[in-house]
Amino acid sequence: MASSEFLLAYLPIVIFLVVASGLSLAMLIASLIVARQNPDAQKNAAYECGFDAFEEARSKFDVRFYLVAILFIIFDLEIAFLFPWAVSLGTIGLFGFWSMMLFLGILTIGFIYEWKKGALDWE
Amino acid sequence: MTNLNFISLYPLWPELMLALFAFIFTVFGAFRGNTSTEFILKYMAGLFAFIAVLLIGLPAEKVSALNDMFVFDRFAIFTKIVIAVGMILVCGLTSRYLREEGLTKFEYPVLMVLAALGMFMMVSANHMMSLYVGLELQSLSLYVLAAFRSKSLRSTEAGLKYFILGAISSGLILFGISLIYGFSGALSYNEIAAQIATLEGAALTGLVFGLVFLLSGIAFKISAVPFHMWTPDVYDGAPTSVTAFFAMVPKIAAMALLVRLLSGPFEAVFDQWQVIIIFLSIMSMLWGAFAGLAQQNLKRLMAYSSIGNIGYALMGVATGTAEGYAATFYYLIIYMMMTAGVFALLMFMRREGRALSQIDDLKGLSVMHPKAAYAMTFFMFSLSGIPPLAGFFGKLFVFEMAVNEGLFALAVIGVFGSVVAAAYYLRIIKVMFFDHGDEPFDNFVSKGRKLVLATSLIFTLGLVFMPAHILSLAKQSTQTLGLYAYTQAPEADVDLETLKDEPGLLDN
Repeated sequence: MASSEFLLAYLPIVIFLVVASGLSLAMLIASLIVARQNPDAQKNAAYECGFDAFEEARSKFDVRFYLVAILFIIFDLEIAFLFPWAVSLGTIGLFGFWSMMLFLGILTIGFIYEWKKGALDWE
Repeated sequence: MTNLNFISLYPLWPELMLALFAFIFTVFGAFRGNTSTEFILKYMAGLFAFIAVLLIGLPAEKVSALNDMFVFDRFAIFTKIVIAVGMILVCGLTSRYLREEGLTKFEYPVLMVLAALGMFMMVSANHMMSLYVGLELQSLSLYVLAAFRSKSLRSTEAGLKYFILGAISSGLILFGISLIYGFSGALSYNEIAAQIATLEGAALTGLVFGLVFLLSGIAFKISAVPFHMWTPDVYDGAPTSVTAFFAMVPKIAAMALLVRLLSGPFEAVFDQWQVIIIFLSIMSMLWGAFAGLAQQNLKRLMAYSSIGNIGYALMGVATGTAEGYAATFYYLIIYMMMTAGVFALLMFMRREGRALSQIDDLKGLSVMHPKAAYAMTFFMFSLSGIPPLAGFFGKLFVFEMAVNEGLFALAVIGVFGSVVAAAYYLRIIKVMFFDHGDEPFDNFVSKGRKLVLATSLIFTLGLVFMPAHILSLAKQSTQTLGLYAYTQAPEADVDLETLKDEPGLLDN
């Protein structure tokens, strides 16, 4: 494949990038030039339902929330994999079946580990 | 679809065993708790010994498995045996150290097994996907190990630094792979090799551009200058047993990956990558030598020493010949064996139950612990390359290969770097023998450490009697590199068009 022809295949992406950045830049610059700028302290403050912000948005969370979130993601992904697997099981045959069993087996070992380590105990 | 006959999967037996035992150890540890750590470590050493023997027994002909993602040949066998031996030595160094430092957690050996699994995958990778997955499995295990002393600020800092810089290097590798894929349309080593032959002009330049990114990422993993910045901090901050592990084993796997990559798919662009390897080699040798001079801490010193030594090992890669690669691995094996001994002695340095690692702590060692002092002297002489110790032969053969290929400047700079580096090795000997100190160490050496020390010492002193034996084994193994000796043709890729025709897969 000649290299120019090869790069031509990416032309739509380049056009898209140019249009996207051009359009957003145009909006930003237009609002800078055309709109009336008259800032004061109230206008520059963070807007929250008309009230002043009560506290820092970055407060501390218990690390257990993250643990639960991470454990959730693992099993969430498991379902995301299981669904297409179940739908296409007729086509992928025994090989597909055992591949998923292997995957589930590995996940189960992880599950046993986290259970025994007490990651699921809240208190 | 795929033949899942267990016998036909024999190239994967070592990996399957490692994976299986990683799971068994995890579950076992989860039920038995941290008291099972030393038990697991013992079994792990046995496991690696068994795998090494198994690898000797497996047929050495070149075969590929897993749709050509995984290749098994004499080179893979040789490198994996070296890694397994390294792992056994690390087990010997680790078990007592964990108890002394209060780090006995059963995750430690499990992570080591997983790291070894990643390394085995790297050695056999024959596809960019298996390369990346192997590399990441190894790196992720190592990040956690570096931060294993989670109560210590320095250890967590080491782990975090290693993780962030490692993530950047993984990004570089992925970017490089994507460029290579973009310009060659292939991820499998065989197909890339076939595609490179047809590329020319701008497309070839683009591919080499991708190769440069890939090489930068791998240079990070082997800590070659200018991608070495993490090494001293991580070596210093990590627990000493982890530092020993880092210094000995992972670099062999990364080097095997590099050599397989350069000698296989990118053989055609030798002229381009040779320049990069020479640059990395020269910079590493010089920086390892000069920056090491200023170190006061033995662990940091070993980090600079390992940076410098990677430079010498890369000298063999720069030749681009099978003999050169063999010299590289010969060098790395010798370095691994010497380092094992140095770390066994480093772990001996404890006063009142506290681990020490300053060079000044060695003052007067020759009077208080003459045996340790003499062993250390041999290792330091060997590291600086003084005959008839093992380190001399490693350097000799890489220099010889470089000179044979006409890389005189590289060899001369190597000798120069070696002379400068000798200064800091000799300084340790000077501190041990000529400086006065009167605080003895806790006089305790564990059995595992004694064994490692003895093995290392015998190797360092005894290599002179048969210097060519391991080298000829290495040569036999590197002869099989390159892509053109397959017994099994790579299977055709499944393309989307045929998938669309199959009912029930896409139209649901």
